Amino acid sequence: MVQIVKSANANPVFRALADPTRRAIFEELTRAGEQTVHALTRYAGVSQPAVSKHLMVLKRAKLVRHRRAGRETHYRAQADALAPMVDWLNLYGAFWRERFDRLETLLERMD
Amino acid sequence: MSDSAEGTRTLVIERTFAHSPEKLWRALTEGQLVAQWLMNNDFEPVVGRRFQFRADPVPNWNGVIDCEVLVVDPLKQLSYSWGAFGLGTVVLFTLTPAEDGTQLRMEHSGFGADQDAAYKGANYGWQKFLGALESVVAELE
Repeated sequence: MVQIVKSANANPVFRALADPTRRAIFEELTRAGEQTVHALTRYAGVSQPAVSKHLMVLKRAKLVRHRRAGRETHYRAQADALAPMVDWLNLYGAFWRERFDRLETLLERMD
Repeated sequence: MSDSAEGTRTLVIERTFAHSPEKLWRALTEGQLVAQWLMNNDFEPVVGRRFQFRADPVPNWNGVIDCEVLVVDPLKQLSYSWGAFGLGTVVLFTLTPAEDGTQLRMEHSGFGADQDAAYKGANYGWQKFLGALESVVAELE
């Protein structure tokens, strides 16, 4: 189980990404780069007002940025907003503890 | 967890296993055994040997950890470099005979606290930590 550092800064990010649709939108922006609200609506499979609402939440958490071009609004992911969430020591701590469990099981099985 | 003069951090995990140092050493140094608890590898206990650990690829990570054997002191110490996600770190195992078995101390050092490392972690962590989000959020409420 991966542990995540809980800091005051991280909470809006957690909350924004707790919703599966928002998470999908954010992942899509991370994968595919900047996109219009229209394109995201097609991708997300929900109504455009719903997508706009989700984008507002992501924007408040500083996970996305937007720019207007003509009648279209383009959104892009701000992946560094995730930085406060990641702590290598915690990630590897969980990793090694789990591996030590497996090592213990292996030692039991060895002759 | 500790802080060194260079501003990097070290993860330390210790556990006593109810087994002999000989057996533990085998589990740490025989590639086929290592694969059973750590990861697939082409490890050999020879100083200077370059090898790789291979995990299942995930988005933004090909699953490869590039390593080089640094220390082989049979039944006592084993160390290799551990390069993954753009982070160059070092793993050191120290075996100490204990009353009812062998104590294994694992030090994983060289974690910088800089933004760049955290950013790469964000890329890697996707699948895993997003998967864990629901429970974390539940705890926050």
